[in-house]
Amino acid sequence: MRFILQTTLELGMMYALVSMALFLSFRVLDIADLTTDGAFVLGMAVSVTVTASGHPFLGLFAAMLAGAAAGCVTAILQTKLGVPSILAGIVTNTGLYTVNLMAMGWTSNANILKQRTIFTLFKALGIGGRWYSLILASCITVLAGVLLVWFLGTRIGLSLRATGDNPDMVRASSINPTHTITIGLCIANALTALSGAVVGQSQRSADINAGTGIVVVGLACLIIGETICRRGSIRRGVIATVVGSIVYRFIYALVLKTKIVPIECLKLVTAFIVGLAIAMPTIRSWISFQRRKAHSAAGRDL
Amino acid sequence: MLDVQNISKTFNPGTVNEKKALSGLSLHLDKGEFVTIVGSNGAGKSTLFNAISGSFFVDEGHIALNGKDITYVPEHKRSRVIGRLFQDPLRGTAPHMTIEENLSLAYLRTNRSKAAFSHVSKQEKAFFQERLALLDMGLENRMQQPVGLLSGGQRQALTLLMATLTPPDLLLLDEHTAALDPATAEKVLQLTDSVIAEHKITCLMVTHNMSQALSLGNRTLMMADGRIILDLSGQERAGMSVESMVERFRVQAGQALDNDRILLS
Repeated sequence: MRFILQTTLELGMMYALVSMALFLSFRVLDIADLTTDGAFVLGMAVSVTVTASGHPFLGLFAAMLAGAAAGCVTAILQTKLGVPSILAGIVTNTGLYTVNLMAMGWTSNANILKQRTIFTLFKALGIGGRWYSLILASCITVLAGVLLVWFLGTRIGLSLRATGDNPDMVRASSINPTHTITIGLCIANALTALSGAVVGQSQRSADINAGTGIVVVGLACLIIGETICRRGSIRRGVIATVVGSIVYRFIYALVLKTKIVPIECLKLVTAFIVGLAIAMPTIRSWISFQRRKAHSAAGRDL
Repeated sequence: MLDVQNISKTFNPGTVNEKKALSGLSLHLDKGEFVTIVGSNGAGKSTLFNAISGSFFVDEGHIALNGKDITYVPEHKRSRVIGRLFQDPLRGTAPHMTIEENLSLAYLRTNRSKAAFSHVSKQEKAFFQERLALLDMGLENRMQQPVGLLSGGQRQALTLLMATLTPPDLLLLDEHTAALDPATAEKVLQLTDSVIAEHKITCLMVTHNMSQALSLGNRTLMMADGRIILDLSGQERAGMSVESMVERFRVQAGQALDNDRILLS
């Protein structure tokens, strides 16, 4: 039981960075950024490769830089070259498959079984006993979250939020939407890559398919978090991503343990939940309209 | 201050929808002038504003602000020194951001001294609150509420405050009170007048209310067919009545004033 709790919290913390990234792109900037899947693997691949050469910390930063570069490509495609935003993400994501293979040395699976990772280095400090990896993962995620909240209160951060909130206003004010969108997508993908980097060092391997569907999982976490914490300020939104991510991993563990849903079906269930959650406002207004219609028809019969 | 020389703009050239919105328009504004603009529907008033603020580039002519040619300067760069309010009160504020965040953004983006990662300080927040109190709408106690909860009039007043928090070199008001109820419109107009007087802002204001056009500011322009056909100031303007101005318009433009809102007001 302790093991389940521990792994759940660990995974929740590590993957929370992805939902944080989606909070930035999907909620704040109002862009569905499909670079996410590829950026996650990119971060993982770069981190594992750099760690293999003996620099685990450098691995994290290199991964973030690589993720930011991927985000930058998507941003240029959509702001400068007029590619529709969803398509821009898909195009980058497709290209990233090759880049990721390259980053892993042209194999689909890379391991770092004997090398030092940030986790082994932290364990050697002796802090937290058996909970060391949870503590380290939490530190990274909390630090990223605090920095994100801080950033969104700065001049650029506020401009970025206005870009997603009221494009009309931005066009008439001294904000260049090309810049804000680019900065936003760079940061979002750097966060996603950081998540991949931490997961890669934690499981001591990188796999070319590790990112499949991660964007949907991240959105599921985001929505679960928002349902629990309600939407509100930026700080609340960022906390919600962490809460949502942990809850999602608990549900995942529960399904895995009890086998209520066959584990092979989990992605389908996740996709269903995300689709339903995003469609909810529309469904709700449709139901209330049908109700009103039925009500008024009944009234006329009297 | 503002020098518009011989600008022209044609939309959809070479198609059946071709429309010459501005034709060889010239205009000079001195610092501190408050100019009202009236004109028929489609006379080019908003197009003139779009040209000055850089929503599009003009086909011909030049625009200079403070002695600097800005004809090909992109919109977001011009708007550091040009403030603009639209008829639609929803266009000037971000609905999901709080009042304080909207003001912070307006303040940080216009202050050249502010670095990219700067935050607003406690004193600056207090300054926002102080300015909000001047609106007399109770907004100073609602700093943490999202702007989406405010009424149209409150949002427009807030937009005005945001545009003038750091006084712009030039303020463009495009019928900014037309979508508000009469009482709120009056209030926003008073605020406009006082804020312009306080900071001696150079201002261009489009209005459909003829008596307002004559009573506010110190110069009145009438536009038709993408040109300025009447430029009133000083003694001539002081002695002008709404009726005589409508008559002058008919003579100058060779057509009756057909702005339905002018006729109805």
